[in-house]
Amino acid sequence: MIDANTFIGAYPFRHVPHPDPDVLVRVLDREGIDSAWVGHLPSAFHRDPGAGNEVLFAALSAHAGRLAAVPAIRPDWPRWERALSEVLDRGAVAVRAYPQQWGFGSHHPAMSELVLACGESGVPLVLTTRFEDLRQRHWMDSASDLPAATIRALARAGPRVRLLVTAAGRALIEEVHWGLTPDERARVWWDISWIWGPPEDELAHVLRTIGHARFVFGSGWPLRLAQTPRANLELLPDELRSPLAPLGDAAQIPARSA
Amino acid sequence: MPEPAPLAGTEPLVDVHAHFLHARGGRRDWETPNRARMRAGARIGITVHIASILGTWGHTSPTYFPSPADVTLGNDEMLAIQDRDPERVRTYATVNPNDTAHALEEIARCGERGAVGVKLAASRRADDPLLDPIAAAAERRHFPILHHIWQHRTRDWPGQEISDGADLVRLALRHPRVSFILAHIGGGGDYRHTFAAVADIPNVYLDLSGSGVDRGMLDDAVRAVGARRLLWGSDITMETGLAKLRALEFAEPRLNADAMRDVRWRNAARIFPPGTLPGIPALERDGKVAAVSAR
Repeated sequence: MIDANTFIGAYPFRHVPHPDPDVLVRVLDREGIDSAWVGHLPSAFHRDPGAGNEVLFAALSAHAGRLAAVPAIRPDWPRWERALSEVLDRGAVAVRAYPQQWGFGSHHPAMSELVLACGESGVPLVLTTRFEDLRQRHWMDSASDLPAATIRALARAGPRVRLLVTAAGRALIEEVHWGLTPDERARVWWDISWIWGPPEDELAHVLRTIGHARFVFGSGWPLRLAQTPRANLELLPDELRSPLAPLGDAAQIPARSA
Repeated sequence: MPEPAPLAGTEPLVDVHAHFLHARGGRRDWETPNRARMRAGARIGITVHIASILGTWGHTSPTYFPSPADVTLGNDEMLAIQDRDPERVRTYATVNPNDTAHALEEIARCGERGAVGVKLAASRRADDPLLDPIAAAAERRHFPILHHIWQHRTRDWPGQEISDGADLVRLALRHPRVSFILAHIGGGGDYRHTFAAVADIPNVYLDLSGSGVDRGMLDDAVRAVGARRLLWGSDITMETGLAKLRALEFAEPRLNADAMRDVRWRNAARIFPPGTLPGIPALERDGKVAAVSAR
């Protein structure tokens, strides 16, 4: 099993304990998770994520096979195509982008170019719906949650698009999924880190209505407890609970990993 | 087929913050979440759900400002659920302190029918004098008060007259013999503000419930008040409750097995009326088993 939604590095708006790769490996061992896709958390708030990508690759180099780098590419930055090529050459399994933190609207042409370029390279583009609950956000954290319109626009950009959207809840997932054609829906995956379990059973609902193949395991570590997605799977109704992880496989999202 | 072992282990476990729905709350599927709560509770290993119903959940009066009629209806529905499942469910009497006389009548009426605590939502700021007769009534019955809390209020939010930890502390200081349960540290806002506010107030207990599962939150809670003032709860996201219970075993500072028992059930046994929680041994506040046997 892969945890497709983890980071290393500090968060600018509150203290996060031990956001380090060696701690993440211990957490994976404890939770019985094989490996993780790892982004560099501070880069989400930098104007230019390039330096953070260097930090990310260096920090993960000692954990090859367990921790896979997911660097960030900002597509309105000069020479971003070269930056993308370089991170792919260095083994990136996916690419992260933060349109909300960069102030992009839902139809920003640079995001379409990035998602198409990632698609042509066979890697998914990873989007973050939110880092924190809206109710606790720092006053300087002015980015709104990722809107459905942005995800729909990117999913429609081309047939080779592969999107992984993290930290989305049921309402956003449904608004996007049922707002796409069947072909477009097949380009979008969701992690389960922010979908509620019982008593409302929203995870069970989307697994029943949208299908398990569109969902992958993700936690949001180190911002959020690594124990939550497993607890959510274990509390599914009986008919959905077996096997433990009735989800899609993040390893199957990148076309070039096949 | 034998029942699988509870996910949270076989030690007693009290959920101090649960809710149920009812037929007059505007949702046709109201029975489904109620069944799901009991299904998940059995799988987690919850011994007793201590729960409330906030009127009609906004259907005929606002959730956090329920009318007297809706308060009574919600409490009756909650007590009916307890009556149908007396081995697993207990009731908070929900009241709106703006209707003081009615609130006091409800505490008395529900207490006679088997309620074990008082639920205050967000109808009036926690430090308002209107809450004093409510707290006095709770003290007479040895009821704890579960108070809905926004972790650090920096402005008003629609639909609620929110209170934060500092507001609750002012009430708790006026009523030192009442146990106050500060609701859902994971329920939104800045819990570190709460921890600083309540650290030295011995009659304020922190309920761990809420959808928030921030790493560091549990460590900070343990450091602020210690295991003797933490209570486990789920509110409306039971998976986050299970995750936090598991994560608590890795909190820094570490909690030993005895401290985990405090969080799981012993603190609840100390602050609710002795012998009123099914499957939970009655304890006095110093931790000794009380003379009253558990029902």
